[in-house]
Amino acid sequence: MNEFPLLTLVIWLPIIGGVVVLASGDKSANLSKWIGLTFAVLTFLVSLGLWIGFDSTTAQMQFVERSAWIPTFNVEYFLGVDGISMPLIILTTFITIFVIVAGWEVITYKPSQYMAAFLIMNGIMVGVFSALDAILFYVFWEAMLIPMFIIIGVWGGPNRVYATIKFFLYTFFGSVFMLVALIYLYFQSGSFSILDFQGLQLGMTAQILIFIAFLLAFAVKVPMFPVHTWLPDAHVEAPTGGSVILAAIMLKIGGYGFLRFSMPITPDASASLAWLIIALSLIAILYIGFVALVQQDMKKLIAYSSIAHMGFVTLGFFIVFTIIQNPALSSGSVMGIEGGMVQMISHGFISGALFLCVGVLYDRVHSREIADYGGVVNTMPWFGAFMVFFAMSNAGLPGTSGFVGEFMVILATFRADFWWAVLAATTLILAAAFTLWMVKRVVFGEVKNDKVAVLQDLNARETFNLGALAAAVLALGLWPAPLMNVMHATVENLVTQVSVCKLPAAESADCVLARPAPIAELNGRPVAATH
Amino acid sequence: MENVYLTIVLAPLLGAIVAGFLGGKIGRRASHSVTIAGVGISTGLSLWVLSRFIWHDQPVFNDTVYTWMVSDGIRFEVGFLVDKLTVLMMATVSFVSLMVHIYTIGYMADDEHNWPHGALTGKNSYQRFFSYISLFTFSMLMLVMSNNFMQLFFGWEAVGLVSYLLIGFWSTRESAIFANMKAFLVNRVGDFGFILGIAAVGMYFNSMDYAEVFARAPELADTQVALFGGVSLMTLICVLLFIGAMGKSAQVPLHVWLPDSMEGPTPISALIHAATMVTAGVFMVARMSPLYELSEAALSFVLIIGATTAFFMGLIGLVQNDIKRVVAYSTLSQLGYMVTALGASAYAAGIFHLMTHAFFKALLFLAAGSVIIALHHKQDIRDMGGLRKYMPITWVTALLGSLALIGFPGFSGFFSKDAIIEAVGASQLFGAGYASILLTVGVLITALYSFRMYFLVFHGKERMDEHTKHHVHETPWVVTIPLILLAIPSVFIGWYTVEPLLVNDWFTTGDWSPIVVAHEHDTLHHLREHWHGQAAFVQHGLAALPFFLAMTGLVLAAVIWWGVFALKPRIDEQLQAWGGPVTRILQDKYGFDDFNQRVFAGGSRNLGRALWMTGDRAVIDGAIINGSAQWVARMAQSARHLQTGFLYHYAIAMIIGLVGLLTLFVTL
Repeated sequence: MNEFPLLTLVIWLPIIGGVVVLASGDKSANLSKWIGLTFAVLTFLVSLGLWIGFDSTTAQMQFVERSAWIPTFNVEYFLGVDGISMPLIILTTFITIFVIVAGWEVITYKPSQYMAAFLIMNGIMVGVFSALDAILFYVFWEAMLIPMFIIIGVWGGPNRVYATIKFFLYTFFGSVFMLVALIYLYFQSGSFSILDFQGLQLGMTAQILIFIAFLLAFAVKVPMFPVHTWLPDAHVEAPTGGSVILAAIMLKIGGYGFLRFSMPITPDASASLAWLIIALSLIAILYIGFVALVQQDMKKLIAYSSIAHMGFVTLGFFIVFTIIQNPALSSGSVMGIEGGMVQMISHGFISGALFLCVGVLYDRVHSREIADYGGVVNTMPWFGAFMVFFAMSNAGLPGTSGFVGEFMVILATFRADFWWAVLAATTLILAAAFTLWMVKRVVFGEVKNDKVAVLQDLNARETFNLGALAAAVLALGLWPAPLMNVMHATVENLVTQVSVCKLPAAESADCVLARPAPIAELNGRPVAATH
Repeated sequence: MENVYLTIVLAPLLGAIVAGFLGGKIGRRASHSVTIAGVGISTGLSLWVLSRFIWHDQPVFNDTVYTWMVSDGIRFEVGFLVDKLTVLMMATVSFVSLMVHIYTIGYMADDEHNWPHGALTGKNSYQRFFSYISLFTFSMLMLVMSNNFMQLFFGWEAVGLVSYLLIGFWSTRESAIFANMKAFLVNRVGDFGFILGIAAVGMYFNSMDYAEVFARAPELADTQVALFGGVSLMTLICVLLFIGAMGKSAQVPLHVWLPDSMEGPTPISALIHAATMVTAGVFMVARMSPLYELSEAALSFVLIIGATTAFFMGLIGLVQNDIKRVVAYSTLSQLGYMVTALGASAYAAGIFHLMTHAFFKALLFLAAGSVIIALHHKQDIRDMGGLRKYMPITWVTALLGSLALIGFPGFSGFFSKDAIIEAVGASQLFGAGYASILLTVGVLITALYSFRMYFLVFHGKERMDEHTKHHVHETPWVVTIPLILLAIPSVFIGWYTVEPLLVNDWFTTGDWSPIVVAHEHDTLHHLREHWHGQAAFVQHGLAALPFFLAMTGLVLAAVIWWGVFALKPRIDEQLQAWGGPVTRILQDKYGFDDFNQRVFAGGSRNLGRALWMTGDRAVIDGAIINGSAQWVARMAQSARHLQTGFLYHYAIAMIIGLVGLLTLFVTL
């Protein structure tokens, strides 16, 4: 439908920008910053074209670009977006602007390379969300590690080498298995098109193995318990911008992977192993909630909070299988997935903003320890207001975006199982406890020490960053309908896809999902055409 | 009408935004003017709408303002339901809020003294305070005017947020920022149940809309849920929702935050922690009466929790010496009365008491605040006394408020409290007998603590230090005018509204009745059938046990804390010492705080530390991640000994291998 290669532009514009910034060198730090910002803003504006031109009535891929890349193996340059990937792409280009702005005066060491790393990262992440060819996806997926490795390794804290190696090995460990699965699927389907993978009939054993391979890759990225320990370390050592990208975007790639790969390609395995994901998600919410409570380092605390919030995402996705297997329930599965999606977008804003808040303090005091602060609001009232606002959003206050996803997932989980919902709802208490206790110790109270006493309130640059994110948090919290409308068709289609057994005829007796008989209607709604 | 309702809600929000963001620029005067104007508009329009409902048969409004989102066929909307119940709440909330706004001009006038020197937070604190209380008014109106569960939860949490901000308003005080976090977290425990209740409604009704849910509720009355060995759906929903109410309306055991909330400035203690926000739970249950009527188990639960709160919290009030804390425990106790009324299906009586209480309790708090201003922020009633000479307006209004509180015949509290006691007495539910006894004896307790405070503050010898005594004078008119304006309804509102609200079924007549009472639960029918006008009711009250108990309490209080006290100033301590262990239990507040602090707060921290140190650090990182890395390193360490680079090592290895293989082949 669209002749203009918009996705290619959104991917390559920032990468070209990165190269230009690199070429400009560090002779004029100002120049490279402005070039960086220009490209980031341009990319965001161009990516808005995806939203404007998006047809939300269909679950079909849009803005599709398809041409041969490595014909011998039928590898293609195949791009396209649907209602799941499009919002994530816009989140990526949106957040990148703030990352560039956040590094403005703070990064003095090789600023042009810093800006370039984030611009290139931006392009690669858009590539991950829009690739429909498995090899292309894999290339972007692994390429993402390189700029992040550099960002933490060069501009990171004192223990950055440990953190980068841990981060790299952890994620790389997971993705190798994914590559094996992708190659297996290629041999089954004769192409690397993800859409072909989704249409493939697979036996239960194959599905289970593929599911586990994907799980290893995505669980590390999300990150899910127990493969989460790289995240707090990476966050602590990463520069502010790195933490923001890590929390706001990179974690979402794991969640996206479940929706794009695991669930539609291996629905039967997903259904039979859903209990595992649900259990891990609930552990993430509870266990991590308690762990977050006792953190002494603000970044670690927010990192743990991210893990707990991402637990809601995977929970929302996988309760779908319980709900569709229960004939008594007429609906709930769409709400679970949509809730998880909203949670991802919202968490992008909120965690990004919270890391920016920590960055604001770190730039002034050079400490992330909660104990080094106290009474910050007395010298930085505007900062205090923002911090309390984002803390409340993190605790899921209605009216902010943090509420929407949590609310939907709790509502959907209740349909799946009362006790799961009880465990999930403890986040209302836990998230409030760890976030507000931090706020109490950092923001409120008497001025704790001389460093706090001389703090300067937010400057224009920081106010812009936090203000824009606060506006996004409020907008999504007060009116999530526009985002939901974009997703409906795709999510409903996805639910249809995962409701149907994909086992070959010989194994069809093992189907727990509906047999692929002609289904005219699901959940009372007409079914969108599957791929 | 939609525009009127939108204006009622948005005018305070606009005021809050202006005072909050521009307060520093436009200054104090403009900030309080704009917020008072906003709340004034809401009050005026609310009263107008109320009058339309009373005299002009105003039709019920139930419509959507905008669709928040649609997911899975459920519409999540923002909209208003304005019926008689709503409009009564709107008028009460906005009127009390307006009084508190005006009062605040006086109370917060020298707020900069409450801040450490040089703190930027103290610079525009006056404007910020006005912004918060206007934001609160907006949130509370959103809560009561909602037509669906989602928006109810929005308002519910939004008032919680503002309560958090205002309890911790003086953020440099450690006790204040402890209290506000405690308040938020305890409320979140309630909300945990509340959101599960909403989720249950969403699952079984596939809707968030009140009207739709209420209409379908009777169909689902017999639905059973396979939990706890089989429980009725309605019981599950109602109990879960009520857990939310227990948090917000401070019912045992989630009451612990309310006394601590007194760390906030007094105007908000009056507005939020006495008159309005804490009654949100009572309002919610009344609003949900079509659901509660379908579960006697849930009603019994409500009844027992309410009565327990009413009696046992009142007892604590007897041993408190902080003027605000006495009023706070009195509030807990009165909230218990309202909740008990709900449990007895006397929703109308609960709402009636909510309204009368809003006036007289706001009055008592503001009077306490007036005393606190006059004494330069001293709050210990043992260091007061004789203030009636210096502060005649505060004295008289506080006396009127206290009489209303103890239910002196003819005063507003008399009608509402007597109606509750009578209704609970008529209830046939499990626990009604227990509740009936507690509520009746509670009247004696109420009179005792109320007049203990009254006599210690306004009568007897002046026990302030010389400096303070020298400066005591009546507070300015911005403080006394709200006192007078609140004293009027505290005295008269009961007399004028008891007949329509309780006898003539104002709530339940018309096409849409906001309160539904099943025939067999109609505990107010006795009152209705034997109604011969207010005067007869008062006369009847004079011969009843509650009146006798209230008078006993009043007289006892006068004897002890006025008469005996003048001769033996240590009578209070002596009485408490005489009480022995009972006093200690009351002073420990039954140990709830210690228990929570030790078990929940301490336990969570210990659990978190244990999980972190063993789970994350030792097992995952230590044993698995770094352990596997070390294992690889160790294996490599030993394996590299094989790669020595010496030719003769390789040669000998080859020979051994060759011999080994040959042996293998030969033996085979």
